[in-house]
Amino acid sequence: MSVDQPKYKTSDEVDFVIVGSGAAGGILAKELSSNGFRVVVLEQGPYLTEADFTHNEIEILAEDKLTNHPKLQPNTFRKTPDEKAKPQRALVYGRCVGGTSVHFTANFWRFHEIDFVERSKVGAVPGATLVDWPITYADLEPYYTKVEWEIGVSGLAGASPFDPPRSRPYPMPPLPVKSSGVIFERAARKLGWHPFPAPMAILSQPRPGRSACVQCGFCLSFGCEVGAKSSSLVAAIRVAERTGRCEIRPNSYVHKIELDANGRAVGAVYFDEKKTTHLQKAKAVVVCANGAETPRLLLLSANKQFPGGLANSSSLVGKNLMFNSGGVVTGVYEHPLNDYKGYCVSRVLHDFYEPDPQKVGFYGGGGLDARYDFTPISFAFGGLPPGTPRWGKEFKATLAHNFTRTMEIFCHGTSLPVENNSFSLDPDLKDAWGLPALRLTYKDHPDDLKLTAWLFERANAIHEAAGAVTKWSFPPQEQQFGVHLLGTCRMGNDPKTSVINPDHRTHDVKNLFLCDGSSLVTSGRGQPTMTIMALAFRAADRITALAKRGELGA
Amino acid sequence: MEQSLSRRRFLAAGARGLSAAWVATHWPAVLAAAEHAHKSTLAAAPAKFEFFTPEEAKEIDAITARIIPTDDTPGAREAGVVYFIDRGLTTFATDDQKTYREGLPELQARVTELFPGITKFSALTADQQDEILHTFDEQTARARRPFRARPGAQNFFDTLQQHTMAGFLIDPDYGGNHDGAGWKVIGREREHMFQPPFGYYDKDYPGWEAAMKDMEKK
Repeated sequence: MSVDQPKYKTSDEVDFVIVGSGAAGGILAKELSSNGFRVVVLEQGPYLTEADFTHNEIEILAEDKLTNHPKLQPNTFRKTPDEKAKPQRALVYGRCVGGTSVHFTANFWRFHEIDFVERSKVGAVPGATLVDWPITYADLEPYYTKVEWEIGVSGLAGASPFDPPRSRPYPMPPLPVKSSGVIFERAARKLGWHPFPAPMAILSQPRPGRSACVQCGFCLSFGCEVGAKSSSLVAAIRVAERTGRCEIRPNSYVHKIELDANGRAVGAVYFDEKKTTHLQKAKAVVVCANGAETPRLLLLSANKQFPGGLANSSSLVGKNLMFNSGGVVTGVYEHPLNDYKGYCVSRVLHDFYEPDPQKVGFYGGGGLDARYDFTPISFAFGGLPPGTPRWGKEFKATLAHNFTRTMEIFCHGTSLPVENNSFSLDPDLKDAWGLPALRLTYKDHPDDLKLTAWLFERANAIHEAAGAVTKWSFPPQEQQFGVHLLGTCRMGNDPKTSVINPDHRTHDVKNLFLCDGSSLVTSGRGQPTMTIMALAFRAADRITALAKRGELGA
Repeated sequence: MEQSLSRRRFLAAGARGLSAAWVATHWPAVLAAAEHAHKSTLAAAPAKFEFFTPEEAKEIDAITARIIPTDDTPGAREAGVVYFIDRGLTTFATDDQKTYREGLPELQARVTELFPGITKFSALTADQQDEILHTFDEQTARARRPFRARPGAQNFFDTLQQHTMAGFLIDPDYGGNHDGAGWKVIGREREHMFQPPFGYYDKDYPGWEAAMKDMEKK
């Protein structure tokens, strides 16, 4: 739905070209265009809207309608840099206007104070490149509040004793509790813990042009048909369009940042739908392509002046990748929960956000949530207890009994930054446009796996206290696949040890900015999108100030 | 033939739970989408098969009917899974055409090896059919191994098993799960939106404040 969009020529030097329209790109488009700038957003995926979103699991599971496509965009994986990577799907991200915020679960925890100052507080962690952020929770707090009020987040302030300070309550009450949430809440309280209503980027009350959540049950992996999920698409892009200064250009695959002889960015080079190449000129370039594609774009933009990739004098572009650790403990209960109805997560618990590393024997922390994120088909593939036959009478009976009686406790946790963990360009494999494919190198820090196993014990205790009939989990495994794509162009004050400064400006190219999961210095405890959006609001303020001081001009 | 479209009923339910502003803005587009889905559904139960020959369809139908058997509740057969797969092989699953073309004869070869003189899976009794399908359970296959290793057949059975799940459980608006048969089996109500209370454990929930107070009393 394009509303009064300007149509800029590629030869028009607009103020900003933004690469990517997801959690960060959408917010930056909204803020920068609202601040009076002329903006072009280049999105590699299509422009879909509520009318395009369905409950068709085939489109989602088999056709990747909303996400990166494994055939067009193949990946490779290896554990360590001395291995040769093998073709394997390594990541999923949103590939449509609104990016991953279109199909995500919408868990919207803020990071806590500890997440910004972990290195100072716990000291060095062997095998990890843990450092403090150059900004603190206090710097970001106003922007967290801005996210909650501007895009619409439901929740209950003060409900968790572990919550960091906040300047305003949530703009709307929590969504209704589900059976999984009640089971979780009662059992966790019995154990002396502090469950609280989940903060969700899903409307519990309508907003102009958007419905409150209608509890359809097709939430994770699906686009919201009624605009209740607070994606960039409905909560930011449409505001940007209404300024009359922002053009959203879908099906535009940016593969190079063009520089002039003085090392300034002059615009973004992209393929249109017919694979014709264009250069969109701009005074400054803001890359919000996600923690995998942003570093890839910088590496693809290598030239004589920057042979190791753009903005990569630190050699850290693509490195220190963090996925967040985690896993589920599943339980089956006596009576139907009918958790297939409605959104995914209604209760969260943060009692284990900051366990003492000396006591537990590992570094990191986590959060637990009560959830059901299955659809009927995904439940048949992934929701049944181990040992259930794959077909036949017993399979059918278990499927029929468990579908309405199952819930999961998801254990979300820290991923420690490890320099070898990275996205880079595969030397052999190419995408459908002939460009080097993404190569994932990843081996979890041993503490991440210890943390997950420790959180599993707590999740098991909740199922136990709740009287689950059966419960199970699988041993924590090293990850080979990610959806949270964090840390690959980390923020910092020192150009030798970071890629962007606290204004999101690259240390090496003065009119090139990066803002998305790649900016994060630590991984928090599992829910990064809230922080990505808060960073984007803050980045927009910083970039606007720089532009108004004339520091971006030629 | 029932064509009760959950999405359409969702629209017909009107503004219950939907803000008036949302309905006003989006009604035409969503209605168009619902019409499209309706037409696809009509096309989804074809009078004839597009990919399978009638003989192949009979075999596939027989296999799916053992994967999700009919007992006191509907199985893959009642859900019209074979139609869903046939349509899938010319739309979202064209990559799997070769798997089916090569895999079915290989499965039929297993039939003849275990039951000499019989060439069709559908000609076996239910117990015999299960015996064939058990040869795809990895361990059983290793223990018996009365036939030559045919990885293609293994791949075929895995693919067919997955397609059967999809055809049995997909939202009926999208060309499978005829008459919502699969959802009846698993107890999923065929509505497009829901309201609390959702299940057994939240129906008596007193609300956050009251639940906190209850806990303090204890």
